[in-house]
Amino acid sequence: MNVPVDNYLALAAVLFAIGTFGVLLRRNVIVILMSIELMLNAVNVTFVALAFRAGTIDGQVIVFFVMTVAAAEVAVGLAIILANFAQRRTVYVDEVGLLRW
Amino acid sequence: MILFWIVAIISVASALTVVLHRNPVYSALALVVALFQVAVVFVVMQAHLIALLQVIVYAGAIVVLFLFVIMLLSLEPDVPRPGRYGMRAGAITLAAFLGIELAAAALASQPSPDTLLPPDYGSTKQVAERLFTTHLLPFELTSVLLLAAVIGAVVLARRRA
Repeated sequence: MNVPVDNYLALAAVLFAIGTFGVLLRRNVIVILMSIELMLNAVNVTFVALAFRAGTIDGQVIVFFVMTVAAAEVAVGLAIILANFAQRRTVYVDEVGLLRW
Repeated sequence: MILFWIVAIISVASALTVVLHRNPVYSALALVVALFQVAVVFVVMQAHLIALLQVIVYAGAIVVLFLFVIMLLSLEPDVPRPGRYGMRAGAITLAAFLGIELAAAALASQPSPDTLLPPDYGSTKQVAERLFTTHLLPFELTSVLLLAAVIGAVVLARRRA
């Protein structure tokens, strides 16, 4: 079976850029977290594609670790969002300046 | 090749929906679509175990968590804020530059000679063997990380008690 690995690498680059765009553009911190998930997924695609091309399995093992870190990050991130919302009634990053200066 | 274009179009469209839609609920639902497309890519690349984990962990757990928090906060859709065109243009420029740069780097990378994949490539057995031998220490550290995340989430979320 002929798999166009290079095309999937380019697709991963585009997805990563879209995720970056979301992080830079959006004010809603929940959407920013979702964009970070998109970026992590793009990196996972790169890992799996390069592992496929090199014929090794290590890329797939690393994706396993990335998924674990992503799950932990989302759990803690959403808990921070909830705690912040309880105090300030906002999810917009430009209205939270506590750690800014 | 046809499969690639289907996956590419759907995943880019849903990723843009995640980023651009004003209602976070729709963003989360579009995220499910994008994650499923990534799972399709994993299947194409013979990463069957990873594809299953992708659907279970991401679509089954992470997106549900996102939706849960969105519902809990009962957010109204974002209103666009006027007068931030400079930042918007900067974000678009930076992201476009990054995407082109990464794609160019990916396409310029030397293709390794197409090695013949072993017939059980990507099987659960093969991934598990590598995971529990070469990468055993990171695997054990993962459990510590998850424990820390669980404790941290509980401590943060019950602050107001």
